Amino acid sequence: MIEFPLLSLLTFLPLIGAFFIITIRGDSESVAQNAKYTALYTSIFVFVLSLYIMLTFNPDNGGFQFKEKVEWLPSLGISYTMGIDGISLFFVMLSTFLTPICILASWDAVKLRVKEYMIAFLVLETLMIGTFCALDLFLFYVFFEAVLIPMFLIIGIWGGPRKIYASYKFFLYTLLGSVLMLLAMLMLYSQTGISDVETLMQNPVAANLQYVLFLAFFASFAVKMPMWPVHTWLPDAHVEAPTAGSVILAGVLLKMGGYGFLRFSLPMFPEASDYFAPMIMTLSVIAIIYTSLVALVQEDMKKLIAYSSVAHMGFVTLGIFSMTTIGIQGGIFQMISHGLISAALFLCVGVVYDRLHTREMSRYGGIVKNMPKYATVFMIFMLGSAGLPGTSGFIGEFLSLLGTYQVNILMSLLAATGMILGAAYMLLLYRRVVFGPAENRDALAMPDLNSREIGILAPLAVMVILIGVYPAPLTSRIEPSVDRLMAIYQTNIGKTLEPKKATLVDAEPLNDSSEPISLTYKEQAHD
Amino acid sequence: MAFLSVFSPLIAFFFAFLFGKQLGDRGAQFLTCAGVILAAMCSCFLFVDVAINGHTQTILLMNWIDVGGFEATWNIRLDTLSVVMMCVITIVSSCVHVYSIGYMSHDPAKARFMSYLSLFTFAMLMLVTADNLLQLFFGWEGVGLASYLLIGFWNTKHSANSAAMKAFIVNRVGDFGLVLGMFTIFVVFGTIHFDEIFAVAPEKATVLFNFMGFQVHALTLACLLLFIGACGKSAQLGLHTWLPDAMEGPTPVSALIHAATMVTAGVFLVARFSPVFEYAPDALMVVCVVGATTAFVAATIGMTQFDIKRVIAYSTMSQLGYMFFALGVSAYGAAMFHLVTHAFFKALLFLGAGSVIHAMSDEQDMRNMGGIWKKIPFTYALMWIGSLALAGIPFFAGYYSKDIMLESAFADYTWFGHYAYWMGIAAAFMTAFYSWRLIIMTFHGDPRANKEVMSHIHESPKVMLLPLIVLAIGAIFAGAALYKPFVGGSSHHGADDHHLEVDLHHSDNETEHHNNEHDNDAPVLEEDHEDTTAWNRIGFWKDSIKVMPENDTVEAAHNVPKWVKLLPTIMGACGIFLAYVIYLWGAGLAGKFTKLFKPLHNLFFHKWYFDELYNVLFKEGAIGFGRMFSRTDKGVIDGLGPDGIARSAVCGGGILRRIQNGFVYQYAFIMMIGLICLITWVVFGGMQ
Repeated sequence: MIEFPLLSLLTFLPLIGAFFIITIRGDSESVAQNAKYTALYTSIFVFVLSLYIMLTFNPDNGGFQFKEKVEWLPSLGISYTMGIDGISLFFVMLSTFLTPICILASWDAVKLRVKEYMIAFLVLETLMIGTFCALDLFLFYVFFEAVLIPMFLIIGIWGGPRKIYASYKFFLYTLLGSVLMLLAMLMLYSQTGISDVETLMQNPVAANLQYVLFLAFFASFAVKMPMWPVHTWLPDAHVEAPTAGSVILAGVLLKMGGYGFLRFSLPMFPEASDYFAPMIMTLSVIAIIYTSLVALVQEDMKKLIAYSSVAHMGFVTLGIFSMTTIGIQGGIFQMISHGLISAALFLCVGVVYDRLHTREMSRYGGIVKNMPKYATVFMIFMLGSAGLPGTSGFIGEFLSLLGTYQVNILMSLLAATGMILGAAYMLLLYRRVVFGPAENRDALAMPDLNSREIGILAPLAVMVILIGVYPAPLTSRIEPSVDRLMAIYQTNIGKTLEPKKATLVDAEPLNDSSEPISLTYKEQAHD
Repeated sequence: MAFLSVFSPLIAFFFAFLFGKQLGDRGAQFLTCAGVILAAMCSCFLFVDVAINGHTQTILLMNWIDVGGFEATWNIRLDTLSVVMMCVITIVSSCVHVYSIGYMSHDPAKARFMSYLSLFTFAMLMLVTADNLLQLFFGWEGVGLASYLLIGFWNTKHSANSAAMKAFIVNRVGDFGLVLGMFTIFVVFGTIHFDEIFAVAPEKATVLFNFMGFQVHALTLACLLLFIGACGKSAQLGLHTWLPDAMEGPTPVSALIHAATMVTAGVFLVARFSPVFEYAPDALMVVCVVGATTAFVAATIGMTQFDIKRVIAYSTMSQLGYMFFALGVSAYGAAMFHLVTHAFFKALLFLGAGSVIHAMSDEQDMRNMGGIWKKIPFTYALMWIGSLALAGIPFFAGYYSKDIMLESAFADYTWFGHYAYWMGIAAAFMTAFYSWRLIIMTFHGDPRANKEVMSHIHESPKVMLLPLIVLAIGAIFAGAALYKPFVGGSSHHGADDHHLEVDLHHSDNETEHHNNEHDNDAPVLEEDHEDTTAWNRIGFWKDSIKVMPENDTVEAAHNVPKWVKLLPTIMGACGIFLAYVIYLWGAGLAGKFTKLFKPLHNLFFHKWYFDELYNVLFKEGAIGFGRMFSRTDKGVIDGLGPDGIARSAVCGGGILRRIQNGFVYQYAFIMMIGLICLITWVVFGGMQ
């Protein structure tokens, strides 16, 4: 049965929009205006289409849906395969949700080369959606890798003063990782002759090969996440990127690493995953504590949020490599939640940056007086980032920690200190920017949010609270796919893993009568 | 009804916060007060329905999280414990709401203030009506947030912001324990729903838990972790440093959050988990010792402070310590009893202090007060009532609750019970002393304020006095009225025999027997148990609190020697007398005493140096490490990684073009290397 290729339509619609923008001619003013509107309408349409996909998505099916398969290089057995499951669905949603927001956020901020800017964003959207939909190794690689290019351009052309250094660093880091991944992919392909992801999942390669391949994939995904110690490109990239660039970078691009772990590493290299899990968990815990502490001493708002992203991604890898259903779901939820919250936080920084053109915290302070609406929305995201229950941030953090606790108490305990530190640096940021004595006159002259800014921040705020209070629409769609992933993982590993609840010693009576200890005190007292 | 009682404050918060401007100050004040008073009325109705008529119920609102076997829902759980809390919360909150209309009349952001108060009330109600740990945690952090917002309400004040942050972060340290406790409970029980946990707690009493290589008693571990959370919220020793600083907030906030309700959440948590704590005697011992020590230490600090609000804050901490040691000896009913009476008289004291501060043009230092009792006689009288209740003078509320706690501690007949008793006695003496020190310094003697301030002193408006009267009624009568249902002894006389007899039962039989006791129709093992009505302790608490019969110290407390019962009152009277001697009759005596006990006074005055220690240990430590790691990032990781490579690859001018060209070059280069490697591998790999 041939279905309508919805996913391809979704993926390539932005590209069509971009094509239209290229054809726009006229004086620069009207070109810019038309380009903006074309980009906005395209991205909104894509979002509506993705909503339709989400609503028609069958939540009971853990497998891939909306599948499409077209022969690409038949002689090599490589084909164009698309499909989504519960894991990728919400990353697609995140991409389509954030792109219109980014375009709106750049409405007034970008004045230079507007046309190219909009094209870059639409192309980026295509590539992001493609990455999450691709079900062929090489197709995935093409999308995954190509994402670098528009992002590199966005930082390199529309970035801040040190944009060259930042974009260079960004490119070098990610490239190094992905080259290793390409090698691994080729190796995998040469061994199995299969490039179809689903088939590969069912047929894992020999165990001794897994370790090498796992590390090569890991190199790429770890940089993307980013995990400690390959995280240093992120603060620089964020600081120099334009607001919308940071939003996409934090909101979607970082999630590709986590997605990759779930799609490739866990099912295809189960034994290696199991083997390296302690190492990755250790790195995650280091990331959480280390970067939280670094975030605590930052002066630059964007840098602080960038470091907090690394810490939050630490919870993701921790959850994923706990290899428990709860932990993996926590990791996925944390990624989605972080996609919303960090995107919103960067937008919040963008709001004041547009007004005062500085990200130094000390240049602000006391702006709650003149910007009460801003203070309110910023508060919501700040608390979401600190993981307050009732926001999405809490659920992700909580579930990943709980999943970890089931298998490794020490890791969970150490990572949970991130809760304390997270609250500390976010409150510090808020206090220095929004509260405090009103000393900087120019900061106090800033006008409150305008309707466009409310329009981009309010949906995010609503989403953060909504899925924090009622996450069922997400979790009910994610769960079957995670269960399936776990099933594949466990069959592939050759043995069905005992649910790792080694922490409990089965009811071993302290003494035969099982009398509470307090009894003895009492009896002595009465004697 | 239940829905209204919990959600009307939320609705009020919503409208007052979002539409404060449109509603105007009056509108917002009216709306929030109406919301909370409505909640209070519903709560009182529920109290009758649930606690007295016995209609315990749990209402399911919505699913929350349902992931991989982990399930949490939104509920309204109504049992005696929660409706008692609801009544306390909503009644005190109503008083504070109304009081705030007067107190904040000069503040420009009235709507915001009122809405925060309502938000707090909602979060607190969510906390006490939770049916699972996660919802409890939601309320727990929600009250923390409201507390943060309200402490830092005057957000341009540096000290207020610091205090707010400190409160939030120190509370987070406690929450860290609470979360881990929740995890432990989930791993042990496979659920976080209260009923399911409590039902199987006896079976889990023997389970061991592998905690980082150590075999520990699972329930003890879970309880201790929960207790860390309780310590944070309830300002027990170690995690108490935020409470005194929290006095930076407006006084109505201190009354509502930092005296009557939020800080008692920890007590509530332990009482709620009594069915688990009962099987973790070691955890109870820790609770008892920490509580007793807190009661003592806080009282010593309270004696030396000069800020009127801080004195009351330390007194709150000390009283919370009392509640915890009562919990520690399984006298949950007594702790809850003190929680209720304390809510009334401490809120009264705080609001009274607020009234004084209001009258003195925002002066908080007692050294600048004095000689004003004739000018504000009403406030003066109310402060007396509050202090009498606090000091445990007979027939005021505090007398009943404090004495039963001390007697229960004594009746536990364990070393920590005795420790708690003697610490409590010492603290009772100090409590009376600092209470009258406060009254004398504030109201008596020669006026120490300047003329300007003195000329402005005025009695507070009616809108502020009315709530004080409501609270004063509670502070006088709550003790006598609630004594019987909360902690009353069993109806028959041979209580001692009864106690012994119960002891001989096995734990398993006991639980069964315990349940039987609650069912009216079930055959009762003991003699004539016609006392299942609400006016009896067991009939009142029903299943909401569980005490194993051999731990029933409240019962035993009715049979302690006479001197045990009399000592607290005598010590209280002595404390009052000493305060009069030192501060009113013997001029200059205070200074001499201070000199005489210089080192001790220093220790107390500097709050046992907790703040200094924590600053060095944690704040400086965290920032130091942060700086160090920040340098590591730049120096080591970047230096070895990208920057190092970049330096060797790029130098000199024209960087832009070169790098961009360089990219293509490098990309191609790396691709080449990759390709070479690949081919090599395929070739050699294929040959093998």
